[in-house]
Amino acid sequence: MSDLLASDLVTPDAGEAPLLGLASVSILKVAPLTRFSFRARTASVKKAGAAVGIPLPIKPLTSETATKRAALWMGPDEWTLLAPEEDLQAVVTGIGSKLGSEPHALVDVSDRSEAVIVTGEKAAWLLNTGIFVDLSQEAFPVGTVTRTVFHKAPVMIWRIGPDAFVVEAWGSFMDYVAGLLIQCAQELEAA
Amino acid sequence: MLLIYCPYCEIERAETEFHCGGEAHIARPSDPEKTTEDDWVEFLYMRSNTKGIAAERWRHIHGCGRFFNAVRNTVSDEFLNIYKTGEAKPDLEAFAREAGK
Ligand SMILES: [Zn+2]
Repeated sequence: MSDLLASDLVTPDAGEAPLLGLASVSILKVAPLTRFSFRARTASVKKAGAAVGIPLPIKPLTSETATKRAALWMGPDEWTLLAPEEDLQAVVTGIGSKLGSEPHALVDVSDRSEAVIVTGEKAAWLLNTGIFVDLSQEAFPVGTVTRTVFHKAPVMIWRIGPDAFVVEAWGSFMDYVAGLLIQCAQELEAA
Repeated sequence: MLLIYCPYCEIERAETEFHCGGEAHIARPSDPEKTTEDDWVEFLYMRSNTKGIAAERWRHIHGCGRFFNAVRNTVSDEFLNIYKTGEAKPDLEAFAREAGK
């Protein structure tokens, strides 16, 4: 999986057995990482990017990645920032010292959500069993990120490779999301 | 299933990602101290409940989370115009004339 976007950041949890392992699609739990919800006004965005070491994306539904960092566009004044578990304090200190008294919000939401990587030639097909979003590569190229709804649960999906997606859901919804993905994949086994 | 355009995500998405926030352009009284009870009632509860062309607040709650405004025909469910929060209210009568209502 070394050719995937942010492959040094979003990695399968080595201690966990794959949730699903078919020839055409697999589901792997993501190892813990630092997640921030960051909100700021336009005037502060450049400085914040410099502090994190990665420009914050301005174009809707896009992401930026660098070594051990990722910034995901969530809204016109909202980003999700990703970093390794051990870099939590470094990001807090970096943004705090660069932005000073400029109004902004940086909230550690690392444990709010859990993530799985869905990979394989049937990955987009599998997500489309519960997501009404065009996941063709023309409409949803690598790097695209969005919040949406999977069946009845709010999720975030981020395409990190032509056949690879990160699917994040709040902790209490993950059993529902992963469970339905696995159930829908049984159709592939039957085929 | 309706497709609704989000002016912040700049994309059409399924209506299940959205939430309607009621009539748009209802300004909160600017000076609460001087606002009479009748004015509060007007602000809090009175809505025009239009049958036809109406300006509404919508929220892309399961997307970017932002509020925006939309002109919608409440009879046919057709979205006629979408604009960002803070932009001026469009001429609803012009939309009505165009729709032949
Ligand atoms: Zn949106």
